[in-house]
Amino acid sequence: MKATGGRAVLRALAATACAVAMSSAQAQSTMTTEEGIEQYREMLQDGNPAELNAMRGEGLWTKARGPKNASLEGCDLGLGPGVIKGAYAQLPRWFADTDQVMDFESRLIHCMVTLQGFERDKLVARPFSGTGQPATEIEDLVAYVVEESRGEKIAVPQKHPKEIAAAKAGEKMFFFRGGPYDFSCATCHSKDDQRIRLQDLPNLRESKPAQAAFGSWPAYRVSQGALRTMQWRLYDCFRQQRFPELKYVSEASIDLITYLGVRAAGGTLQAPAIKR
Amino acid sequence: MKTFQQSRDLPAASQTCASQTPASRTPALPPGEPRQGEPGRSRPLAGRFTVVAAVLAIGAGCAVGASGDAGRAAGPTDAEVAAVMKASFQAKGIAKLDRLDQSPLQSACSTYATTAMPAELKASLEKAALDGVRFPADGNYLGDHKKGEQIAQRGVGMQFSDNEKTVNGGNCYACHQLSKEELAFGNIGPSLHHYGKLRGTSEPILKYTWTRLWNSHAYNACNAMPRYGDAGILTEEQLKDVMALLLDPKSPVNQ
Repeated sequence: MKATGGRAVLRALAATACAVAMSSAQAQSTMTTEEGIEQYREMLQDGNPAELNAMRGEGLWTKARGPKNASLEGCDLGLGPGVIKGAYAQLPRWFADTDQVMDFESRLIHCMVTLQGFERDKLVARPFSGTGQPATEIEDLVAYVVEESRGEKIAVPQKHPKEIAAAKAGEKMFFFRGGPYDFSCATCHSKDDQRIRLQDLPNLRESKPAQAAFGSWPAYRVSQGALRTMQWRLYDCFRQQRFPELKYVSEASIDLITYLGVRAAGGTLQAPAIKR
Repeated sequence: MKTFQQSRDLPAASQTCASQTPASRTPALPPGEPRQGEPGRSRPLAGRFTVVAAVLAIGAGCAVGASGDAGRAAGPTDAEVAAVMKASFQAKGIAKLDRLDQSPLQSACSTYATTAMPAELKASLEKAALDGVRFPADGNYLGDHKKGEQIAQRGVGMQFSDNEKTVNGGNCYACHQLSKEELAFGNIGPSLHHYGKLRGTSEPILKYTWTRLWNSHAYNACNAMPRYGDAGILTEEQLKDVMALLLDPKSPVNQ
């Protein structure tokens, strides 16, 4: 995505639409939450705020930064150094240079450390923005790279033994029950047509709902005013599962994303999406 | 009530085992219908023979397949996965890392999430759950249904975003229909609308319902419901209030 003058105007219009939608939603107190969100979603359809993240992300990606004063344009996301188009739809995958299966976010950290010289510990310390706070650099970079895979087929590779092992481990983690509530991912995500309250829960064991769910993350969360990454999605699921805190780009997180990505094979990446 | 794992599409090899598991054959019941383990509504005799036969069949055949690990040979072991899980999380606030140390129940339910659990193991888990139930010392089971409704509505508690002072909710509406007025109810568990109206408040019903809340695995090991008493999620007083919500004739659940 290139930031043209026309696009900048669009952004400004979208930002205005946001403000209008919010104030009118507040004014119409008779509107239910669901109706309000639906209307808000419709108004934003042509101007997903994630595009603002993506624009900033493009700037961050191409700018020479860090102790090594390098851009991320040499980062190999699996399709060769500098190839971004379609890369996100084929992650996680095994990388020869690290001999590890990496999801996009762990690969991004790897590139920021090796190419730009940033400190890993500092990068992973605060990957997600708080509600109402400005996006983190990671969130903006994620939005940019994901945007470049919009419309691509989800094809998480299962060729290397470590890719296969990651998906198998991820499947077991999906069924791992723990914590004071005895929950696993499967408690909520292994049956059709299940809901918590009114929130639909995709059956991630099944191809179609897995494609829809996996293909819609990362997403801009309207209620939090933030772009949320796939790592965040798992992080917050585990919070609700009453587990301890999932470490950013940890092995379990990558295994689970691999498993979910394999279940979603053949789907279309619709991300960054916009959600409630 | 079917558990989350019993309705899953099982691999062909384990399908036979699953179809012989007594609990997996329990159909999804409409609201108010008797459920597994419920007192006063025992199974017909023929049904009991079927259960015994099935237990024997599993003991003879399926248990070997399930514990033989043939299907898991290519992947990591449960122990390896548990170790990776532990290394991938960190303590935060009230949520310490020991939450990933699986209890025998959690471990068994994870291992047999997609394959039929040997009937003997299932029975032993259910017995352990039943033996651990602590009934109210004063013999009073029913508290305040209005407070029970608040507990049923309340979804917070025990997350790392909560703290020691957070009063835990029961979050019943997340998974169950209860009062008719609340339309935002989930469907992971069965509808409990008219729960008491259909059952009354006899001693066996009181004890059965208390046990369901305390540790639901007593009647159906590996079902999805948290152990509200056993895991210390709700206090005895809160449990009594939820009991009243379910059973008090004046409760909105029974209108």
